[in-house]
Amino acid sequence: MLHHDIIIVGGGLAGLRAAVGLCDRYDVGLFSKVHPIRSHSIAAQGGVNAALGNNPEGKDDSWEKHSFDTIKGSDYLADQNAVELMCREAIDIVYEMEHWGCPFSRFSDGTIAQRPFGGAGFPRTCYSADLTGHVLLNTLYEKAVSKRIAIYEEWHVLSLAADGERCYGIIALDFKKGEIVPVCAPATLFATGGYGRVFQYSTNALINTGSGIGIAYKAGVPVKDMEFVQFHPTGLIGTNILITEAARGEGGWLTNSQGERFMQRYAPNALELAPRDIVSRCIQKEIEEGRGFEHPLGTYINLDLRHLGEEKIQKKLPGIRNICKDFIGLDPVYEPIPIMPCQHYSMGGIDTNIRCETALPGFYAAGECACVSVHGANRLGGNSLLDTIVFGKAAVSSIHEYMQENNVKREETLLEDLEKKWARKIACLTEGQARPFRLLAQLGKTMSDHVGIFRDREKLSQALNDIAALKEEYGRVGVSSAHRHMNYELMNAIELEYILEVAQAIALGALRREESRGAHCRREFSLRNDEEWLKHSLIERGRDGDPLISYSDVTITKYQPRERTY
Amino acid sequence: MIAGVTYTFKIFRYDGKEPENAPRFATYLINVLPDSLVLSALLRIRDEIDGTLAFRSSCRSAVCGSCAMVMNGKIELACRTQVASLGKDTIILEPLPNFEIIKDLAVDMTPFWKMYERVKPWLMRKSPVPPEELRQSEEERNRIDQFVNCILCAACYGACPVPARDPEYPGPAALAKLERFVLDSRDERPLGILEGLNNENGLWGCDTLFKCIDACPKEVRPTDAIVGLRKALVKHKFKKLLGMVKDEA
Repeated sequence: MLHHDIIIVGGGLAGLRAAVGLCDRYDVGLFSKVHPIRSHSIAAQGGVNAALGNNPEGKDDSWEKHSFDTIKGSDYLADQNAVELMCREAIDIVYEMEHWGCPFSRFSDGTIAQRPFGGAGFPRTCYSADLTGHVLLNTLYEKAVSKRIAIYEEWHVLSLAADGERCYGIIALDFKKGEIVPVCAPATLFATGGYGRVFQYSTNALINTGSGIGIAYKAGVPVKDMEFVQFHPTGLIGTNILITEAARGEGGWLTNSQGERFMQRYAPNALELAPRDIVSRCIQKEIEEGRGFEHPLGTYINLDLRHLGEEKIQKKLPGIRNICKDFIGLDPVYEPIPIMPCQHYSMGGIDTNIRCETALPGFYAAGECACVSVHGANRLGGNSLLDTIVFGKAAVSSIHEYMQENNVKREETLLEDLEKKWARKIACLTEGQARPFRLLAQLGKTMSDHVGIFRDREKLSQALNDIAALKEEYGRVGVSSAHRHMNYELMNAIELEYILEVAQAIALGALRREESRGAHCRREFSLRNDEEWLKHSLIERGRDGDPLISYSDVTITKYQPRERTY
Repeated sequence: MIAGVTYTFKIFRYDGKEPENAPRFATYLINVLPDSLVLSALLRIRDEIDGTLAFRSSCRSAVCGSCAMVMNGKIELACRTQVASLGKDTIILEPLPNFEIIKDLAVDMTPFWKMYERVKPWLMRKSPVPPEELRQSEEERNRIDQFVNCILCAACYGACPVPARDPEYPGPAALAKLERFVLDSRDERPLGILEGLNNENGLWGCDTLFKCIDACPKEVRPTDAIVGLRKALVKHKFKKLLGMVKDEA
């Protein structure tokens, strides 16, 4: 059995930021199922929002204006106190990352460069070309290395050790050695990322299964606003690799098969820089109404950068140019990029307050796996990197207070029992015949077909039926080998149990919410309904294993809900 | 529908936990579209044919650095290599050289990360920082650009001829990372620390064969870094000789 003061699960930006803040005072163990530098934060492209006012056109920007844009972008579902905290902190967070070595792109006066992004009133997105996640994650990992934080790379979490009263640690699998190891700690922070891989078409990395959210849910922690799933307007057809919003921020156009810049019809002011929920719906509509381009890999719309010229593309969007060359064999300097909307971000997640606390004492969550909520029904581009670092840092003071105020007794027996349970469970997994990849593929198809951009009662009910059937089939899941080391098929099978719970919460939340708000769009309820639905959905696992749904109020400070036009 | 083509994948198999079983190549026949990526084929082989096959992957978009391996003799990322680009209907996949094998195509990267940590890869400051950002000109930022782009996939370490004969040699990626900080206008590390690399196991160990440059999927040129560090070291030693810098701890 391992002992630490604090367990952090996840080596992306949120987990590393928390670890860096806690490691001077506490014995921190950071557990990650991949080496931290492989975490999905690395793939973020466009940038991180902070009202620095460095751009000549952003001189009048302020954190309050950043808050307003974020709240309006969220379709008024975000908790406004949380948004204000994030946007106020943003400025110091960006300077801190810069001081720690983050190589941001620069303006000619030597300040951090900022570009326009969707749904923002000012150019406030700080960036490093189109590799912003890459430079931020490297910087935080470098900081973690300088502080000699104990990192357990390629360790998977099998479950939380909790008794409903408190969290006592985790049961982990050392994947390289194949050993099941209980890890005991008074405080545990999850920073395990989003649930993109629940969908067939997703820009997310293969590791983004949402299993961390499922693990928390199974331990009795409520999840919030799970129905709010962001579909990014511009995923590359075929591989669904993300083409950053910065491509439009730098002036890229969306055009249909008639050569029309169709956003002129839908968002005459913001055009291509309307928020993602709106642009994705417009693209989907163009496709459904027959103005897309047909391709063996799917119907697509063009993202045209040609008018930007080679110099600008090479300077501002070099990563995008490489992705196009590598993955679809075209150069955006000469040809438009074929794109389609794809699942991209999880607005929902583990229910936390602005201090990263959950309903389970000793258990915290931050980053994409958490729902504070700062993104509400739709996240603005450039706010996810910000969320990870701000709330990774916020977890530091909350966990510090908890450690000072609580003397948590070690529950070694509970941990040992769970260890034995997992050893037995894994040993039996060779008996089943249902292969995890087949079940996951079916789930992904169901979710993309029935819980996508446009939703209705019939489709959502179908999805819930499919998920129930898959959950039953999961009882017969089986893998080729019970070896525990480097057995990816085994991990896929274990994670699938949690993924199914996550999928059920998404579909159930979506079926119950009879309105259209942000990324959640119901065909039968096409308008936002503040009277009945200006509230968060909370889903908790009932005693019989079935989900229980309840609702909580949205915190409004000074921004009264208004009609959302761009 | 576009017709698929049947490819023969011969994949290196070995389990470090079962050293009594010698390494072997397992053969898998799989029908894929020619423009499919090697990683997609690998995922399908693991899913549909052999669930015990071990390899790493994550982002699928050549940014996370998980899936560097040897494909028909060439080191590349599996996620961005099209099956057809390898030019043969038999594709041989092997793990990165210069590492111990954990299982199949997954190697033990510990020596790589040890060398990364050895060069102290973080920004060092002596002077206080301002409340706002440290200013840096566009030109100064561009100077470190290629080294910032490194994704730490270890393709260069696998391609380098030196680690095989000298396990103490830091390798191309670690030295490129060091140069990224030495060249950063904001970094204030004492250049005396380069003296620890002033030997055949360090900066002078490189054979300048440019294998690392050929292997890099991100157009980083580690050899440039090593040459740059050698120059910085020589310059520092001259300055020290002339009494222009004090001895540093």
